[in-house]
Formats: sequence, structure tokens, C-alpha cells
Amino acid sequence: MGAEPVDMRVSLGPLQLKNPVVAASGTYGYGEEYAELVDPSLLGGIVVKGLSLKPREGNPPPRIVETPCGMLNAIGLANCGLDRFLAEKVPLLDNLDTAVIVNIYGHSTAEYGDLAEALRGVDAVDALEVNISCPNVECGGLAFGTDPLAAARVTESVVRHADKPVIVKLSPNVTDIRVIARAVEAAGADALSLINTLTGMAVDVASRRPLLGNVSGGLSGPAIKPVALYMLYQTVRAVHIPVMGMGGIMGARDALEFLITGATALQVGTAHFVDPRASIEIVAGIELYCRDHGIRRVADLSGTLVV
Amino acid sequence: MIDMRAAVRFNEAVAKDLFLMGLEAPAILHSARPGQFVMLGLGEGADPLLRRPFSICGRKGEDTLLILYRIVGRGTALLARLGEGVDLPCLGPLGRGFDLPEDGGTVLAVAGGIGIAPLVSLMQSRSGRPCECLIGCRTAAELVPLDALVPPDRVIRVITDDGSSGRRGLVTDLLEERLGRKEKPPGLICACGPQPMLREVARLAAQAHVSCQVSLEARMACGVGACQGCVVAASTGAGGGYLRVCREGPVFDAEEVDWGRSHGR
Ligand SMILES: Cc1cc2nc3c(=O)[nH]c(=O)nc-3n(C[C@H](O)[C@H](O)[C@H](O)COP(=O)(O)OP(=O)(O)OC[C@H]3O[C@@H](n4cnc5c(N)ncnc54)[C@H](O)[C@@H]3O)c2cc1C
Ligand SMILES: Cc1cc2nc3c(=O)[nH]c(=O)nc-3n(C[C@H](O)[C@H](O)[C@H](O)COP(=O)(O)O)c2cc1C
Ligand code: FES
Repeated sequence: MGAEPVDMRVSLGPLQLKNPVVAASGTYGYGEEYAELVDPSLLGGIVVKGLSLKPREGNPPPRIVETPCGMLNAIGLANCGLDRFLAEKVPLLDNLDTAVIVNIYGHSTAEYGDLAEALRGVDAVDALEVNISCPNVECGGLAFGTDPLAAARVTESVVRHADKPVIVKLSPNVTDIRVIARAVEAAGADALSLINTLTGMAVDVASRRPLLGNVSGGLSGPAIKPVALYMLYQTVRAVHIPVMGMGGIMGARDALEFLITGATALQVGTAHFVDPRASIEIVAGIELYCRDHGIRRVADLSGTLVV
Repeated sequence: MIDMRAAVRFNEAVAKDLFLMGLEAPAILHSARPGQFVMLGLGEGADPLLRRPFSICGRKGEDTLLILYRIVGRGTALLARLGEGVDLPCLGPLGRGFDLPEDGGTVLAVAGGIGIAPLVSLMQSRSGRPCECLIGCRTAAELVPLDALVPPDRVIRVITDDGSSGRRGLVTDLLEERLGRKEKPPGLICACGPQPMLREVARLAAQAHVSCQVSLEARMACGVGACQGCVVAASTGAGGGYLRVCREGPVFDAEEVDWGRSHGR
């Protein structure tokens, strides 16, 4: 049985992926870190670490703490900055046989536009993911992601300057994610991705100090999956553009829940720390499910939720 | 870098709250250098979630990798319960190990508490070449018996906080004496232990003009350089910045670390 191969391709607006599984920003470096263990060409794509115009050294340590079924991180978008990214990382990314999505972050609407402009014509980069949802940087980030007007302005600025598909990454730290999703869609985004981490904290009772150097951080991992899934459910009903779902996807079963709920593609983050092969096994698990259920195209599975 | 399931060969208490575990991991062992580490997956479920970093303490025979660990929390408590035959995810060898001179003078290993772990593998690798070791810990009960682990020709001196084994005092007291003596100074100091101890070791080494390498710890998620989670403040380069302990370390030249900006754990 199952002689017919499953068509694993999906499209996120103008962006074509060979399969729906993408490595999430900040958890997969620039692809090279895991290259000795896993072949990135088996993935639908990778989103590289958040990029800013200037290099950022990030927040003071400790930057990570484990919490029940999850982790808090306060990395603070540490990255090498645009110039070194273009000089050192792009040549490596050029060799990858998978979609490369660059996660961008700016201090102002103009900076987001400048980054999109600077990445014009860079062939190694297939799409932009606009991060308006990082809880770990003092100014900007989340501020853009919680106000529909600001979110729309940032989106417009990126869309105007970019020559690539634009995906906007939404924050769960809002009262109603649909309001932001609609504003970003109206501003011209090609697709959405959600969710970024949930703001949280942890305290050391011995020293009575916060366990993170930055006091608060972003919660990710299995602990956030139900929240992520519900936000996806709400969002796919509110917009007409495709949505990438993420938040606590650890295995193929989790991934299938997101696809069925309406995600066109998925991102896998924290799972890589538990098992570097997690995303590749998720690709195989989705394919197996489709085969077992007589689904010829994985795209047909999206949004088949029965309510 | 290899990700495999390693079978537990043995897992026994060797001192108070300290366990020695033998893992069958020949592929990792064969490419490992002293000072490198592995990330061990501790449970099948989601809690605890992340793998935990442990120094490669050394080897037993051709294919058994040794881990020496202290129970401090949930993950290490779980580890202590594992029996022979269980297997667990093991990713390694990771990070930059000690950079040891081929010939050169004596290597002086300085250990604080569980910091002895990576230094055992260093002593194993220096077989036939001069190597001394200074060990400090709180009390005699926490002292790891090294006879079965390191070659018999190593010179080992012990000091304890309470004087229950060796002298009373800190391991840095022993180091200060050793460096002050007329004896030929060591060619290299390799240290592992709590950060305040390492800072003092680095200071004494610099004062004596002896090069010094330190093995640092940080909370880790990925262990391979992808998450930027495990950083330590760097002294080098304009504006300082941070170095990843899992990638640029865990062994650093003492001058690479900004001890002033560096947090203890
Ligand atoms: C490169 C490297 C090598 C290491 N080698 C060894 C070794 O050979 N033997 C050994 O016993 N330990 C070693 N450690 C420390 C070890 O990783 C931690 O003790 C372990 O992760 C704690 O897990 P837990 O679940 O028991 O603690 P948790 O329940 O997660 O935390 C309990 C307490 O443990 C301490 N702790 C947690 N994580 C760390 C950490 N990464 N470093 C230091 N303290 C921590 C904190 O005080 C915390 O409050 C090493 C760490 C690194 C980074
Ligand atoms: C260590 C770490 C670093 C992250 N860095 C970024 C980042 O730079 N940009 C971004 O948009 N999201 C970042 N994220 C968020 C993830 O991409 C993802 O949205 C989140 O972790 C939820 O998915 P998960 O539960 O599968 O990890 C980071 C997450 C972690 C754990
Ligand atoms: S633990 Fe992820 S970068 Fe070091």
C-alpha cells in the first residue's frame, strides 16, 4: 500500500516550500550549527536568528531557565548585525537546498524598512519574517506587535521595500490576536506566523532573585501548545492569507493538530534542543499520516478540523 | 558531533551526592578531547524538557565514557536513579576542550568541587608527562576517590573548607603556595570550579605569568551554538560582548573572560 508518494509541497502566498516543516527563528542558528547532525535540505525551510541593522550583544546572563514542560529565554536578539550577516552568513545560506527566511527586527518602522531594502536582491534569502513580537528587548519588538496601527505601519514599510514575500510574526501577548492579524493582512502581508513566546518569569527562592538576568523572558515549548493552537484557530478564521503555526510542536502528532486546525505550514523551535532531528522526524511523521489516511497532498489536510 | 543513545554500564555513588556513570559511547569517546562535554537527555517525557550538559570525565577501557555528577536538582536526581542497561540520548563531543602543549612543562590542574570532572580526563590524557593536581572541596565526604580513575604517577594535593581532609582552607591557597615555591613553575594551569574560585585562579596565574585555561559553566539549551543562551562576558574585542560557553568554550583562556562583568551562577 501507499505506493503513491504524498505531495508535501505547500505555498505560503508567493513562497513555495518543499514541505510544511520549517525551523523556527532563534532555535536553529543559521543552519550550520546542526549541519553535522541533520541535512537541512530535508526541511521545508529555515528561519534564521533575528537580524537587526546593528550587531546586538543581547541580554546579560543567565539567559535561559527551564520551567515545567517549557523554557524561558531572554536572549535579547543577540546577532551579528546586517553587515556581517551579508558577508559571512549569506554565502553559507546560499548553499542550502531549502527555503531561507530571514527574521528581521528594528527599533523603528524605518529600520524595518531599511532591513528589507538591504536584503533586496540577495538571492540566498527567499522570504522575510517580520518580528514584531519579541518580548525580550526593551524598546520596539513587542510594542509594534501589540498595537494594530503600529503593526500595520511596520508591515507597510517592509512590504514597500521588500522584493520578497513578507511573513509577519505575531505575538501571543495580546487580548485579541485577530485584531492585529487583520491589521497586518490589510497592510499587505503575504502570510502570518504565530506564535512568538509568551512573556513569563521565574524566581530563585534561595536568593530571592529572578532566575533570568533580564528578569522576564519568553516561554516556549510544550507548555504553550494549547495557547498556540487556540490562537491559530482564531486567526485562520479571521484572515484570508496563509498562516504558519508554531508553539510547542514536539512531534508529528502536535504538527498534525496545527495543520488540521488550519495552518498551511509549521515551525519547530524548542524541540530541536530536546532532539536535533525533531523537525526532520516531523516531516516523516506527517507524510506517514497522509499515506495512512489516503491524503495525496498535505495541503488538503490544512483546515480540515471538524467543530 | 554525534547524537546517539548510550547505554548505562554502571551508575554508582562515589561520594556524598556525587555519582560516577559509565556510558557506552565509543563513537563519541574516540573523537573527544579533555574538556569537551556531552548533552544528556534525562527523561522520555516533557518534564524535565531540556538535555543537561556534563563534562566528559574520562574513559574506562575502550568504549565507556565516564560522567561524574553532583545531584543539584530534578534532572540530576533522575539521572542518579538510572540503572544498568537503560539507554539515554547523548550528544557529543561538544565545545572546545583544553589546548594542551605537546611537550612543555608541567600541567597543573586546579579543581573546585565537582570541577574535578573534566580534569580527570585531562590527567588521563597526560599519561607519562608531568601533571599535578590541586583539589579543593567543602568536606572529606565530598572527595571523589581518584585512585581508580587517574594514572598513579599524578601528584595530587587536597584541601578542604573544614580541614576534614588535607589542610583547612581554599584550593587557591594551595595554588598560591605552589606558584610561590622555588620549584619550576608549571607550564600551564587548567582550572574548573565555581566562578569566584576561577577568577582568583586567573588572577594568581596572571601574577605568576603562567598561562591559564578555565572551564566554565552556563545554563544551556542547544549545546551547539544555535540558541545564544549560554553566554559569558568576554574581555576581548571592542565593546566586549559575549562568548558562547558551548561553542567558543567551555574551556577559555583566562584572559578571554571579563571576570568583572561575569556573573557567578
Ligand atoms: C559545559 C558544562 C559541563 C558540566 N559538567 C558537569 C559535570 O561534569 N558534573 C556535574 O555534576 N555538573 C556539570 N555541569 C552542571 C550540570 O549541567 C548541572 O548541574 C545540571 O544541568 C543541573 O540539572 P538539574 O536538572 O539537576 O538542575 P535544575 O533542577 O535544572 O536546577 C537546580 C539547580 O542546579 C543549578 N544548575 C542548573 N543548571 C546548571 C548549570 N548548567 N550549571 C551549573 N549549575 C546549574 C542551579 O543552581 C539550579 O538552581 C556542567 C555544566 C556545563 C555547562
Ligand atoms: C532561544 C530562543 C530564541 C528565539 N529567538 C527568536 C528570534 O530571534 N526571533 C523570533 O521571531 N523568535 C524567536 N524565538 C521564538 C521562536 O521562534 C518560537 O516562536 C517560539 O519559541 C515558539 O515555538 P516553540 O515552542 O516550538 O519553541 C526564540 C525562541 C527561543 C526558545
Ligand atoms: S547552549 Fe545554545 S548557544 Fe550555547
